[in-house]
Amino acid sequence: MLIEQIVFIAFSLMLIFAAIMVVCSKNAVTSALYLVYAFFNSAVLWMLMQAEFLSLVLIFVYVGAVMTLFLFVVMMLNINIENLRRSRMKYLPIGILMTALIVGIVIYVVMPEHYISLTPVKATEHYSNISSLGMVLYTHYLYPFELAAVLLLAAIIGAISLTHVGNPKRKVQNINKQIQANKQSRLRIIKMPSEK
Amino acid sequence: MFDAIIALVWIVIKIVIILVPLLIAVAYLTYAERKVIGYMQCRVGPNRVGIFGLGQPIADAVKLFLKETIDPTAANKFLFMLAPVLSLMPALAAWAVIPFNNSWVLANVNAGVLYLLAMTSIGVYGILIAGWASNSKYAFLGALRSAAQVVSYEIAMGFALVGVLMAAGSANLQTIIHSQQGGIWHWFFIPLFPLFLVYWISGVAETNRLPFDMAEGESEIVAGFHVEYSGMGFAVFFLAEYANMILISALVSIFFLGGWLSPFDGIPYLSNLFAWVPGIIWFIAKTFIFLLLFLWLRATFPRYRYDQIMRLGWKVLIPVTIVWIFVVGFAIEFHLSPWFN
Repeated sequence: MLIEQIVFIAFSLMLIFAAIMVVCSKNAVTSALYLVYAFFNSAVLWMLMQAEFLSLVLIFVYVGAVMTLFLFVVMMLNINIENLRRSRMKYLPIGILMTALIVGIVIYVVMPEHYISLTPVKATEHYSNISSLGMVLYTHYLYPFELAAVLLLAAIIGAISLTHVGNPKRKVQNINKQIQANKQSRLRIIKMPSEK
Repeated sequence: MFDAIIALVWIVIKIVIILVPLLIAVAYLTYAERKVIGYMQCRVGPNRVGIFGLGQPIADAVKLFLKETIDPTAANKFLFMLAPVLSLMPALAAWAVIPFNNSWVLANVNAGVLYLLAMTSIGVYGILIAGWASNSKYAFLGALRSAAQVVSYEIAMGFALVGVLMAAGSANLQTIIHSQQGGIWHWFFIPLFPLFLVYWISGVAETNRLPFDMAEGESEIVAGFHVEYSGMGFAVFFLAEYANMILISALVSIFFLGGWLSPFDGIPYLSNLFAWVPGIIWFIAKTFIFLLLFLWLRATFPRYRYDQIMRLGWKVLIPVTIVWIFVVGFAIEFHLSPWFN
């Protein structure tokens, strides 16, 4: 138990540090990297709660795919840091207001009157997180799950139709034509009389 | 508390037992690569250091150790130093769940496949950070290419593994191997043949090996993401690439070729003849086949064009996996013998 507590405290402190640095660091790329670090720390916390599926999916999806694309975009931005630094203090009042609001809500929710604390039960050895999650997802929550899937599909189609402009003049490689090219259509062998 | 410390020490000892042979294998894989490709191209390869040039990898390692480490003035020092470590760490950490024999595995976890997916997907950070922190245009181009490529091929890789998960009914690597029990015709590479090919191709793409080495692309962007690295930083990137090659080969042999299972199980005469061979020998032999295939690919194919890589990943490999997942679903539903009964 003691070791678990040490791990929990260490990783929550690192998580808080990373979360603060996401907001405070001057460079956008460093911010994104701190966000990756924050994801890792929260993955460890989930692992500690024996939610290994969620924890690994957090790394796989958010760190492996979403943040890679995020960094990809952020790295190509050309941000003028001087301008950012000058205008930072302007947002301080609204920032403090928002923080106070969120902290207030959280305190209200976790007050003993509203919060029923459950003692966590240790999972048995043969308990599989994935199968029990799948069982719930495909029976009790089938409709919300399918709705979310349809929503994502609509988003994919939307994104594709937004970027796919059907301009016939655009420069694009016709793969079919490229594959069908053969030696006869590309090469012309010219016979020349050799020099004597 | 005292028990926990003893358990921890045991885990560290096991990690050392896994990692030391792995790193030796990495060193001699570089030698094998130069030798095998050399013979494929009618050359001799390294033959000066020691007998048959066997001292060459050690000489290379010593040379890289002793070289001066240069960090570019405009580079972000911390991230520049962190990047090689970040690319090596997942390649080594993934070995925690790899089973070498019936009970030889460091962590026999239920979410083994997910852990592997998570580990292989964070390997790209080393390359991405290296490219950005070097503050050099060639390094940055290499990093961008690699990021886009790895993200695309990860999807095909994940879908291929979904097929394996369905066939085995578990995400535990030992269970996946056990469900392929009983001779070579029970292995998953037969019912999942398209997924086997897709997994192998995207594995080659994930390790940034030829013909998918857009991240390095020597003839286009000098050396890509590690162009600014010298000495140890460069050596660690190399180490990570070869460790990843061994990892992918081991994974293909676990998922599709039955890991440490003997191919002769259930054949009347041969199964007794080869009963004495320990499982780890079969595992290493299968891994070795794929390592040689890596080298063979490198010696054979020219580099892909970038848009063709993307086309292959998105328009060929992903549709193939999606179709085959349905096929596997039907095969399981109708208990297709001898794999799904």
